[in-house]
This record gives sequence, C-alpha cells and structure tokens, in this order.
Amino acid sequence: MTDQPTTPTVPDATRPLVSVAGLAKAFGEHEVLRSVDFEVPAGSVTVVIGPSGSGKTTLLRSLNALDVADAGVVRIGDVEVDFGARPVTKRQVADLRARSGMVFQAHNLFPHLTVLQNVTSGPVLVQGRDRSAAEREGRELLSLVGLAERADAYPYQLSGGQQQRVGIARALAIRPELMLFDEPTSALDPELVGEVLMVMKNLAAQGWTMVVVTHEIRFAQQVADQVLFMDGGVVVERGTPAEVLTRPATERARQFLHRILDPLD
Amino acid sequence: MNDQTVQLILDSLGPLLRATVTATIPLTLISFVLGLVVALAVALMRLSKVRVVSGIARAYVSIIRGTPLLLQLFIIYYGLPSLGVSFDPFPAAILAFTLNVGGYAAEIIRSAILSVPKGQWEAASTVGMGYVTSLRRVVLPQAARTAIPPLSNTLISLVKDTSLASTIQVTELLRVAQEAAAPTYQFFALYSVAAVYYWVVCLVLSIGQARLEERQNRYVAA
Repeated sequence: MTDQPTTPTVPDATRPLVSVAGLAKAFGEHEVLRSVDFEVPAGSVTVVIGPSGSGKTTLLRSLNALDVADAGVVRIGDVEVDFGARPVTKRQVADLRARSGMVFQAHNLFPHLTVLQNVTSGPVLVQGRDRSAAEREGRELLSLVGLAERADAYPYQLSGGQQQRVGIARALAIRPELMLFDEPTSALDPELVGEVLMVMKNLAAQGWTMVVVTHEIRFAQQVADQVLFMDGGVVVERGTPAEVLTRPATERARQFLHRILDPLD
Repeated sequence: MNDQTVQLILDSLGPLLRATVTATIPLTLISFVLGLVVALAVALMRLSKVRVVSGIARAYVSIIRGTPLLLQLFIIYYGLPSLGVSFDPFPAAILAFTLNVGGYAAEIIRSAILSVPKGQWEAASTVGMGYVTSLRRVVLPQAARTAIPPLSNTLISLVKDTSLASTIQVTELLRVAQEAAAPTYQFFALYSVAAVYYWVVCLVLSIGQARLEERQNRYVAA
C-alpha cells in the first residue's frame, strides 16, 4: 500500500494489470457472455459500449465476481481466478474483489451512514486502518471529487451527481488497483452527468486503471485508450476510440453508434 | 364506591406496583431481549440456502405460531417434569415467552432483512465486507427501521401476555390482583387497578417506540 492514497499503485510494466480469457456466463438458458477475451494495461482506460442486453454489465460484474462466470479466467494484478475450475472458493472471490473498487449505476451508498462514514467504511470496518488516519484520507478523497464540504451530510441530502461522486470516493478509499464503473451516469438527470464524467476524467489523467461501461460516447472519445463494442455476449470490435467509434468496421457497431448519436434520424 | 372499597384499592396500589416492577416488567424485558436473539438466529436460518437449515427454522416458526401460548407455558411447566426436566415458575415463564417471541419476531426480522435492497449487500461486498460485517454494519441497521414498528407490537403484546404466567404460579401483576381481590370479592376494583398498570407500562413503551422511530428516520428524506 502506498502512502499516497489518491494516486494509483505503481504498475507492473511487464504485463497488463487485467487479463480476461474465455469468459462465459449464462443465466439459465440465456448466454450473456460467450468467450470474452481482453486485456487492460495498467494506467489505461477501457470503455465498454454496446446495446442493452449485450452483456457489458455482466462482463464488468464478472471482474469482481458479483456475477460468477461459468468459465474463463480473470486475473487482476497477481490474483487469478479460473472460474472453469469449480468450485470457486469464497476466499478466491474475496481476494479478486479486493483488487477493484466499484461504482454502481444506482450509487448504492449506505443511507444510514454519513458521506464520510460511507467513504471510510472499507478502510475502517474492513481493513482495520486507524480511524483518524482513514478520516483524513477520506476527506482528501472527498475534496478530490469536490465534496469536502458535505462530509457530514447523509446521502439523501445530496443530488444524484453528488451521490455518484461519493460512490467514487468510497471505491477509491479501499486503495484498489482497478476502478470499475457500471453505467455511472445512466440514472442521472442530464445536467448532472458532466460533474461525474469530469471526476472520472481527472482520475484517468492521474493514471488510474479504469474499466467503464457507459453510453457516453464523447467520454469514450476523449478518455478511452481502448474501446470494446459488445453485442450478443461477444466483443464485436475493439481498438482505439478512433478505430471503433469513428470508423467502425462492422455494420452492427455502425448501427449502434448511429442509434445513440442520432436517435431521431 | 364505599370507603371500604377505596381503602382496599389504596392498600393494593403498593403490592400491585411491586408485582409490576419485580415480575411483569422483568418477565417482559428479559424474554423480549432473549427472544430477539432467538429470532435473529431463526431469521438467518430461514434465509439460509441450505435446505435443512431453513427447513428447521420454518418448522420452528410454524409450531410456535400454530399453538396457543398458554399451552406452550403448560408444556414447559407442567409437561416437561414428566421427562425429568423441571423449572421454577419464573424461569419456565421466561423460557416460554422467549421461544414464543423468537417465533413471531423471526418473521418480522426476516422480512426486514429482505426489504434491504440487494445493491446494499453488493456495495458492502465491493468495499471488502464479508457476510457478518455486511449484516452488522449495513443490512441490520437498515432493517431495524422497517422492523421497529412490528417489533414494538410484539413487545406490547408480550407485556399483556405475561399475565398468562399467573397460571403457573408466577406472582406477577394479575395474580397479585386476583389474590388481593379474592377474600372480599372486590374483583372489579382490583382488576381495574391491574388494567391501569398494564396500560401505563404499554403507554411508556409506545412513547419509547415513537422516539426510536424518530431516531431511525434521521437519515431518510422527510
């Protein structure tokens, strides 16, 4: 663990921070993921786009085993879990999950705790860090997301955009190696989207490794190093934003982008 | 009301108050606290994915709710001695009321736990909490808000149900009133005094419930 909590851990330059191979998952008869492979180099931003039901949220949730894949290997840093080799133990899931912080579409802040208590919940209640040190660090994280003044508020007293930014601070507080964002702006009023994306852009600029599921194409264009376009449980296209978003190779990607960029056309 | 009746009532105020404080209230509070412990365990068992475990909890709740409390008291106090297990009246009453509260409150706690959104468990887990920490720090505090009104009902019912302990020789409020009334047949006067005492205890608990609810609501929008 670093002494500089608000900066990401120093990447191991020799291999990508995240490798995913052969990931597959079905809910009953419905195959949501069919053999997905990708890598995320340390310090890079991967944006996952695709129509709803394409499997992008399940892919993200497989990275921390909130959804447990049926087959495939997920490695984050030095923790590797082979979901094909059942049974996957609670311990393995916990180890994998501890590598990443997660920001949810519906923020999922703890309503009975103040903003600061939310942010320090991981460090104090789980990691057993000294409370006053954790609170100092929590306040730093809150100023990073522009909410230093609201430390003692309860979540219900905040706007949707502020709640989402607290969610980001809470995820950062566990000092993860990787940040996962599951449609972090989809539930927000349009005028609140910008403040959340701005915080995410700043994190990217600071060198955080991020995997972001979103419909915000402009964010992907500006911030992503890699874009994955998913459809039908597979990665249909991958590449730089220019490759996937500006000159998509497949008809499916072209149609999807057309639909969300020009919905009335 | 003649002077004799008034005198009898005045004379009974002290003994009835003593019975309330030394028997009715302790019976209620001890059974309720122990009952909540049983209820939490039963609720968690019912939520278990292991069929046998949830089945045991389901059977327990079914038996407790499907038989009269008076009968449960009789089985423990009059029935168990034939199996070689005897209790004094007071512990027998505590045991019966604890098991009874455990059955009813288990369902309340179970549904309160289920009322907490799944996303709360997930968020707790992504900051590193295991099952016990998630339950203790995230889920139960929120479930408490939902559970307090129905649990208060259980508590208030229990206050009055403790009067059943009079049937197994516990000298609680009703029994003391009975004994005081019997020699002179002044049942109306003495039972009325007892009724007022029960009512006052319940009133105090209702006030406590309102305060607790207010406190729980501090983190939700008005």
